[in-house]
Amino acid sequence: MSHSIQWRSLWRLPLLALVLPALVLVVGLALAQGAQAQSDPQGEAATAVPALDADTWRQVRSGEVDANYRDSRFDSTYNLVNASGETWRQWRNRWVSPYGLIVIGGMLAMIVLFYLIAGRKKLDEPRTGRKLLRWSAVSRSLHWSVATLFILLALSGLTLLYGKHVFYPLFGAGAWGAMVSASKLVHNYLGPFFGILLLILLAKLLVHNLPKKHDIDWFRKGGGLVGKEHPDAGFANAGEKAWYWLLATAGVVVIISGLVLDFPNYGQARDTMQWANLVHGIGALGLTAVALGHIYIGTLGTEGSLEGMTTGYVDETWAKEHHNLWYEEVKESAVPEEQLATGSKEATGGSSPQSST
Amino acid sequence: MAQMKFMCDAERCIECNGCVTACKNANETDWGIQRRRVVTLNDGEPEEVSISVACMHCDDAPCMAVCPTDCFYKTDDGIVLHDKDLCIGCGYCLYACPFGAPQFPQQNAFGERGKMDKCTFCAGGPAETKEEEYQKYGANRIAEGKLPLCAEMCSTKALLAGDAQEVADIFRQRVVQRGHKDGGWSGNQRREQERTRAGQPDVSAADSLAYDAARQG
Repeated sequence: MSHSIQWRSLWRLPLLALVLPALVLVVGLALAQGAQAQSDPQGEAATAVPALDADTWRQVRSGEVDANYRDSRFDSTYNLVNASGETWRQWRNRWVSPYGLIVIGGMLAMIVLFYLIAGRKKLDEPRTGRKLLRWSAVSRSLHWSVATLFILLALSGLTLLYGKHVFYPLFGAGAWGAMVSASKLVHNYLGPFFGILLLILLAKLLVHNLPKKHDIDWFRKGGGLVGKEHPDAGFANAGEKAWYWLLATAGVVVIISGLVLDFPNYGQARDTMQWANLVHGIGALGLTAVALGHIYIGTLGTEGSLEGMTTGYVDETWAKEHHNLWYEEVKESAVPEEQLATGSKEATGGSSPQSST
Repeated sequence: MAQMKFMCDAERCIECNGCVTACKNANETDWGIQRRRVVTLNDGEPEEVSISVACMHCDDAPCMAVCPTDCFYKTDDGIVLHDKDLCIGCGYCLYACPFGAPQFPQQNAFGERGKMDKCTFCAGGPAETKEEEYQKYGANRIAEGKLPLCAEMCSTKALLAGDAQEVADIFRQRVVQRGHKDGGWSGNQRREQERTRAGQPDVSAADSLAYDAARQG
């Protein structure tokens, strides 16, 4: 039986296990000796596969990926070398970051200087005590929602860009970690809400911000800074219109680039993110600087402006001086202060639907 | 102090992915995280070449420069490490990194990426206990006097890790061994010109690996 024969010859196996490695070693050594003796680098090189040339490395540097590129990492779309990474770093760290600080700091300095020199723009005439409805409750709540979100986003954004230079050494790793992580959450989760609300606000205010001929004259007179006269202005003066259109252009760009950065789940490439980040940074820092001007003019800078956005009503004198063309349109609907105080409120003031927004 | 560096000898890498596996095993990284990758150029073509890539622990590390939280730091050995407690998962390090080293466990809406993970040169990271360190950053072989497992386990010794000077010396020896100037990368113009001038046959189509193999016996 073949079975029994196999079983009987099993005793040879241990022997084989001893002999075989020895045999392999001897033969292997002999072959190796032979190979070394016969090695002919010249000949071998001449018949070997073609070399990888400088072109390939140039291709790597350029970030190009061809059909024969393989990456062993799962789901990876990366090049061998991320060539634009350093460019992005230099742009962000050497241009956006310092110049953002210069622009915002410069704006702050200009405002302080202007306030110290020119002071607050007071009303030329005494108040009449009669009020005009300027901002409806809807407009005001929209404005303050957008404004609150803007300030939160600006503060968190500035923390993300500059915080490590200030708060990390100041507070230490623990507090700084919590602070920066909160900043990121605030920025990423409130950002989209700001985008939606700003778009609604822009749509609502569009009619008042269409450019008119007298706007050119307003700019020529520097909004009243040049000469003594208040230049002509409708519901919105040319300066407000400029702010509106800045938000309608740069603001929208900041929103779009922000959404690109905020939703990596759509698989944007690194290069897209680099661009979005630069655009977002430049736009947002610029808007923050201009917003400082807007905040100054709307609060400390001009007497009688802030009450329009808080109570909804402005004084007749304020309207006449700052928005003469609008005043001419709505002067009939002015209501005495006392009437507003007793609570009949917008029912009277809102009688002319064109008067407010 | 040592300056730790990786160096992958592309003339030797055979794309076995042993380094990738060794790394994964040593550091027990999360599902989907692969700190080391092997990139193959011109796959299937005669001039095919492979390189193992991970964090290269740059001297002037772009990730460190752009991190909004400053979570990166350099050890005395020149190893770039990061603090996961500070990381907010913004992804900036990935945008800046030349080697695609930083990875994130997630990629969700509102920039929810989780904590960044990258090669630590098997040097762990900041943590209270050894267990926490292993759980967050993987192995700390450097503390045990060992080099990164990827390089230790490289079957062709293509991937070298260690002090920059040592690595450079080994590589220099290899280049000398390969028998031509600038043997670090094959297909060098200067080499070809010199060979032509000396009346030697044109080997511009040669892979230096052939030299290497022949000289090794």
